[in-house]
Amino acid sequence: MNWGVRSLTVRFGARCALRDVTFEAAPGEVRGVVGGDGAGKTTLVRALVGAIGHAQGEVRRPPAREIGYMPAGSGVFQDLSVDENLAFTAAAYGMPRAERDERATQLLERTGLLDARKRLGGELSGGMRQKLGVLLAMLHGPSLLVLDEPTTGVDPLSRADLWRLIAQAASEGAQVVLSTSYLDEAERTSQLLFLQAGRALASGTAADVVRAMPGRVRWAPERPPGDALERSWRRGASWRIWTPPGVSEERKDWEAVSPDLQDAVTVAALAHELQGAHQGGASQ
Amino acid sequence: MWAMIVKEFLQLRRDKRTLAMMIVLPVVMLVVFGYAASFDVSKIPALVVGPEAASYAKHLRAPFAPVTVAPRESVSRAKEALQDGTAEVVFVAGEHSVQALIDGADLFSAQATRAAIARQASPQALLRSFEKALPPGHFVLTPIGALPPKVDILYNPGLKTAVVMVPGLAGVILVFIGTLIASLSVVRERQAGTLEQLGVMPLSPWDVLIGKVAPYFLVAAVDLAIVLGAGMLLFGVPLHGSALVLILGALLFLFVTLSLGVLISSVSQNQGQAIQLAVMTVLPQILLSGLIFPLSSMAIGVRWIAYILPLTYFVEIARDVMLKGTPIWDLWQPLGFLALLGAVTVSLATLRFWRLLSPSSGRERHARGAAGAAS
Repeated sequence: MNWGVRSLTVRFGARCALRDVTFEAAPGEVRGVVGGDGAGKTTLVRALVGAIGHAQGEVRRPPAREIGYMPAGSGVFQDLSVDENLAFTAAAYGMPRAERDERATQLLERTGLLDARKRLGGELSGGMRQKLGVLLAMLHGPSLLVLDEPTTGVDPLSRADLWRLIAQAASEGAQVVLSTSYLDEAERTSQLLFLQAGRALASGTAADVVRAMPGRVRWAPERPPGDALERSWRRGASWRIWTPPGVSEERKDWEAVSPDLQDAVTVAALAHELQGAHQGGASQ
Repeated sequence: MWAMIVKEFLQLRRDKRTLAMMIVLPVVMLVVFGYAASFDVSKIPALVVGPEAASYAKHLRAPFAPVTVAPRESVSRAKEALQDGTAEVVFVAGEHSVQALIDGADLFSAQATRAAIARQASPQALLRSFEKALPPGHFVLTPIGALPPKVDILYNPGLKTAVVMVPGLAGVILVFIGTLIASLSVVRERQAGTLEQLGVMPLSPWDVLIGKVAPYFLVAAVDLAIVLGAGMLLFGVPLHGSALVLILGALLFLFVTLSLGVLISSVSQNQGQAIQLAVMTVLPQILLSGLIFPLSSMAIGVRWIAYILPLTYFVEIARDVMLKGTPIWDLWQPLGFLALLGAVTVSLATLRFWRLLSPSSGRERHARGAAGAAS
């Protein structure tokens, strides 16, 4: 059975943090929830693991014993040593001692934390703490592994280590869901859900999301003038301009480019914003 | 500097609960403690026994009230009245002498009783009162009551402050450890972000609650043993009653204070709020429990607060067991109230934990059966 959420709406008081979102995990796959700050990524993963309730929709998740969860901020107990963190987590999930020792040693070796076993969680570097957080979440071999921004603030080398761990969990059969604001990481997932302001704007494989992008994206050496400005964004030293379907605008210094995931999600966000602005303008 | 002041004000304004406590709490405490803070003993319940009880009782004036006369009551039964607190003083009025037995475990009442006896027993005062009571033309020939009663102070013969305070202070220390320190336990997890982790783990709220309380329980129990041991060795505090009864009372009391601490922690958003709330429960216990000010001296409007505070019952149990040797069956009331308070606080703490750790319970379709099939 695939765990996930269907038509999920989450409200915090009067604020709607997620609106009618559907997302599904799959065994052996790493699926991503992508979006900017405040998009609703954390709300979605928290609702998925049951850390928060929801107003409408359906959440399908396994029993707590089969869930591995790393909250944003690692979830490491700062005043326990690495070994003590592992021992507590294993005990909470009812792992036999021998199994715990074998698996913990193997995972510590893979993450380079073997020499840090006696160090307190609070004394670890940011990257080491994030690795330990992932390690704790997957220690008991969960069927659903949910990681909230596991690589945020982590250096590239540690990110590579973390991705090896995450891939290992998926290869063991877990349904892995991770949230990230990094699009290069989103491209590594088998399926992704792009959230913006609590709404799902795009989903599928990275290629699906790119293919589904409406209109065209073009490259310009300089900031575009007129109406096109509100549909443009800077990328590197040049500019990208999105031309929606049905709009005709030709300039010889604008070159058509083959869009990538970054272009596709930016277009999705822009289209959503412009639609909202136009609807707001029309209603006024 | 101005920017810093403005920033602090803005932060303080956001933390409305702290701000409210800063403003309201001092006013409430001033009013409550103002009415409670009284060493004056205006009424001393007295029991008069012995063959001359009726005639002797006639001459007892304020502050002895109410005065119960029981001529046929034995001295040992009369002592039970002192033990269970229904009387602060027992007068044994014999044919040729009067003996006053005072409950020394209630320090201020005992001192007031001794002073009142000294005043009333002055020969002139008694002679005047006897003469007033006689019909005209009659004279006092053998005013036995005019002789000062032989005063015996029971349970704390030297009226030593330490003997009375140490059993209660043990309770104060437990309140500090239990409520104040335990109040930080959950809020610390919340601020570190690990509370959510605990909520997702296959631990029931009950597991988390007991797990949180158990270490503090053990440390506080060791503390209690040290404090009481030191009190006995250094200050000569006796243990006339059963150690087991004292342990039972202490365990019940610990259970209440720790549950209260965890409950406070679970409703606090940060450590500052937790400490403030804990202080709000600790201070009234110290001032209103009868540890310092006699309960009988407190205004009725404030005294009821004392009866919902766990320390009130622990002070009573500890003093009664240690100083008076009161048996368990005479302590069923304070023990029962402690158990009741424990049941209430632990139920509230569990409910609060349930809300904190299982916010989604019952709201969505759990796929337990399906998970079993899938795994």
